[in-house]
Amino acid sequence: MRYILALLLSALLYSAASAQQCNATLSGKILDFHDQTPLAGATVLVIGQEQTAFTGFEGDYQIENLCEGTYEVEVSHPQCRTVLYRIEISGETRIDFEMEHHLEELEEVQVVGELLPENTSTAQEQRLSTATLEGYSGGTLGDALKEISGVSSLNTGSNIVKPSINGLTGSRVLILNDGVRMQDMEWGDEHAPNIDINSADQVSLIKGAAALKYAGDAIGGVVVIERERVANQDTKKKKTLLDGISNGRGGSVSTELTKTFASGWYLNGQASFKRLGDREAPDYILSNTGMQQLGLSFHAGKRLLNQGWDLDYSFYQAEIAILRASHIGNIDDLIESINSGVPSVVEPFTYSLGVPRQEVTHHLGKLNYYMRMKGVGKWTIQYDFQFNQRFEFDVRVGADRDKPAIDLQLTTHSFKTDFTWDASRNLEVTAGLLGRFQDNFANPDTGVRRLIPDYQRYEFGSFAVGEYRPDHNWLFEAGFRYDFSRIDAKKFYRASRWEERGYDVDFPEFVVEDLGTQLLTNPIFNYNNVSATAGVRRALDLQSDIRFNYALGQRAPNPAELFSDGLHHSAARIELGDLRVGNETSHRISLAYNRTGQRWGLNVEPYLNFIRDFILLEPTGVEFTIRGAFPVWSYRQTEARLLGVDVNGYYQWTANWETRHRFSITKGTDLDQDQPLINMPAPITRNELVFHKQEWKHLQIGLESTYVFRQNEYPPNIFVFSPSEQQEVELEINTPPDAYHLLGIRADMEFNISGAVALHTGLTITNLLNTSYRDYLNRNRYFADDLGRNIMVQLKFNY
Amino acid sequence: MNTFKLQTFKKVKSFIPIVALSGLFLVGCSDDDDPEPVNEEEVITTMTITLTPQGGGTAIILESRDLDGDGPNPPVVTVSGNLTTSTTYNAAIVLLNETETPAVNITEEVEEEAEEHQFFFTVGGTLSASASYGNFDGNGDPLGTEFTLQAGDASVGSFGVTLRHDLKKPNDGTLSDAGGETDIAQTFELTITP
Repeated sequence: MRYILALLLSALLYSAASAQQCNATLSGKILDFHDQTPLAGATVLVIGQEQTAFTGFEGDYQIENLCEGTYEVEVSHPQCRTVLYRIEISGETRIDFEMEHHLEELEEVQVVGELLPENTSTAQEQRLSTATLEGYSGGTLGDALKEISGVSSLNTGSNIVKPSINGLTGSRVLILNDGVRMQDMEWGDEHAPNIDINSADQVSLIKGAAALKYAGDAIGGVVVIERERVANQDTKKKKTLLDGISNGRGGSVSTELTKTFASGWYLNGQASFKRLGDREAPDYILSNTGMQQLGLSFHAGKRLLNQGWDLDYSFYQAEIAILRASHIGNIDDLIESINSGVPSVVEPFTYSLGVPRQEVTHHLGKLNYYMRMKGVGKWTIQYDFQFNQRFEFDVRVGADRDKPAIDLQLTTHSFKTDFTWDASRNLEVTAGLLGRFQDNFANPDTGVRRLIPDYQRYEFGSFAVGEYRPDHNWLFEAGFRYDFSRIDAKKFYRASRWEERGYDVDFPEFVVEDLGTQLLTNPIFNYNNVSATAGVRRALDLQSDIRFNYALGQRAPNPAELFSDGLHHSAARIELGDLRVGNETSHRISLAYNRTGQRWGLNVEPYLNFIRDFILLEPTGVEFTIRGAFPVWSYRQTEARLLGVDVNGYYQWTANWETRHRFSITKGTDLDQDQPLINMPAPITRNELVFHKQEWKHLQIGLESTYVFRQNEYPPNIFVFSPSEQQEVELEINTPPDAYHLLGIRADMEFNISGAVALHTGLTITNLLNTSYRDYLNRNRYFADDLGRNIMVQLKFNY
Repeated sequence: MNTFKLQTFKKVKSFIPIVALSGLFLVGCSDDDDPEPVNEEEVITTMTITLTPQGGGTAIILESRDLDGDGPNPPVVTVSGNLTTSTTYNAAIVLLNETETPAVNITEEVEEEAEEHQFFFTVGGTLSASASYGNFDGNGDPLGTEFTLQAGDASVGSFGVTLRHDLKKPNDGTLSDAGGETDIAQTFELTITP
């Protein structure tokens, strides 16, 4: 219908075309956003000059006799959502437009410069495209997210990468995997998200707790992993990615098949496998840092305009070896490691995965159904199931050598439903409910006292969010959410620990049974969390806007913060949770200026995050055992203030040369102690020079420089008694490593092998100069240097 | 062909609510049984070193006892008396796990796996004494559950005892060369009097 309308309109307006002297041209291709296939039958309309062109079979269009200047271009296609772009026309302008196949909203919805709807409208939100994610096919989700300014990571070596948003990580960062909140024991510093990056088609990142429809406790932010929307037409698509990785002498393979039917049915299957041996620092092998990962996913469903359902299952399994030298005996070993500057164990390269080692398995099943009620809105209902199994193997002796030291099974059931009223053009309101049950089982067969106890957790949530657009320039957003959570744990405490913590005075009612040296306790806690958000967006012109958002988020403590108790063998530290830890409350104010122009773009995002009762884990002292002294890390609550700014921008110098720039800084202050917060990311700047030339097989070459400043703001070190030195010594456990500078290269080309087969090749070299460095947010920084040069070659086939 | 597929899917579709419902019912099935306690088996709580003077006399007992293991209480370290100048002591080490009743003797386990274990003795700079190994593993490398301690002149200082496993054997006698995992690291304050 709109196709015909556009045709008629353009025909009418063509006759009225101005007679002024205009001889610029606009040409290019219209491509499918996801697989870059040319789209035939798309319409390109230059608004203001009222000139139209249609694309042919190769997706090409050309409009002549245009006047120079900045114009709005409307690109439409019968099977896609209409998109408006702001472009600059001068001389022979060549622009390729991408379109998104869109099923549910075939109604007139016009979105300016957005291909998929954003998750929030006024918060700081950034997106990674399919192409960017494919570039990280052999890496991790955490590595890919660092493409977004303000995102860093808390690493344990290079295979365990936990995303950190503006300095906040762990339970403060929610990972929403295709509509399912990941329950993969995110509380542990050395627990990476159990997600295969190859299963993601697009990733959005929202900074702060502004996306209330997902959760109110994500005070760091939300990572939304989305799958490709399917078109209801008969198609079959296959994609295979091969990655060779020099550092680790391994690689990965990933393949995906999607079949869609005009009837609305679709099927999708994806599998990937990755294997790496020991990674290497410039001067030595990082012994026992190999890994192996398997990911499988299967999706099926039927999506129609008025209703549809999806059935999804995904499986993730990873075995990750952890640097052998990071397993230390006691505080003297730690002091020796910090002072010696080289790892205590360096062995020849091997693919075998020794100890310490993690083996994690994650199953995710999901079923959802939606129904669209004409003139009212859309109702969605979803049930999901997750099972997470974590084994941690440690250096043990005798008969226990092959027994895991940690064996946890986390089972989660979630049920949620929501309704979106979107019949009005100006107002959209979504309200929903959530119920969740979680059970954690810590297997006692390990023969090691449980670090995290058995517990059951019940959650209930309700929310309402709304968006009001009085006109094209203004948008107002507001939301409210209430969550209740109850944790019911059964935990054994050492009698001596129970008294040392003062729990015998504060929580005598929790004791169920006294076993002499151990007490069986049953702590039960209820938490009420209120979160809210309000924001406004003002469009300045067609390519820039300014956003303001306030988000109130509340988070209940996680099991580690409450219950951790004991020696974490693989980290050689005693971690002590605190039953008295309560909610933390974040007030985050953010501002964003965003300009996405043809020639230049700029994104400036300052923020202030004031967190009451911020829960932090820090080294507090040592405890002595017969095996020597161990550093004690304890949880504590304080008033915290995080202040920072993320900036990124680009400038197109000539048709082929472009530069891209990014800078981020976060200042975290512990207001109670008047000292810097621990583990805040150091300021970082990344700058890239890019050459691209479409004619040369879509050649793109970039030289990237990453400079990480030294983190000069860190809490003071602790002083401990060293048994071997027989005196108090400063344990430089907080001292950050020096600043470092890394160079990298990326090159990409595309070839059409035959009509239906496209080959995309990529070459990436990181740490080009093989620089030795250590990063403040890598937990292995006490023991060894970070990765040396890594050359990755990628082949991608679309067929 | 297509119709066949569609029919299969329709069958699948009718199962889906059942799967979902059964998932929800699982919620109610969690058991309320109390978890089993874990009694760590690899724990060494107590190290007793008996120093018997060659030629007779009162034995001196060095003991380190940490009944709560990794718990908050530090080990209780005791030395029963002073050593005598210019005396050689025959020393024997006994390791116990006293969290179990009766206490388990770990020394036997260490001696059985002698190739994987070794004691190290460090004499503080101010103490006039020296230690030498009294027993060895099957390869003739030192073990040290038995040793001799030679007390010299009157002095006061520290005497460190470390047990390592999975270490490099043979080694040059220093802890840094030996590597491995620490089972015990204790220091005793000794006094040698005439």
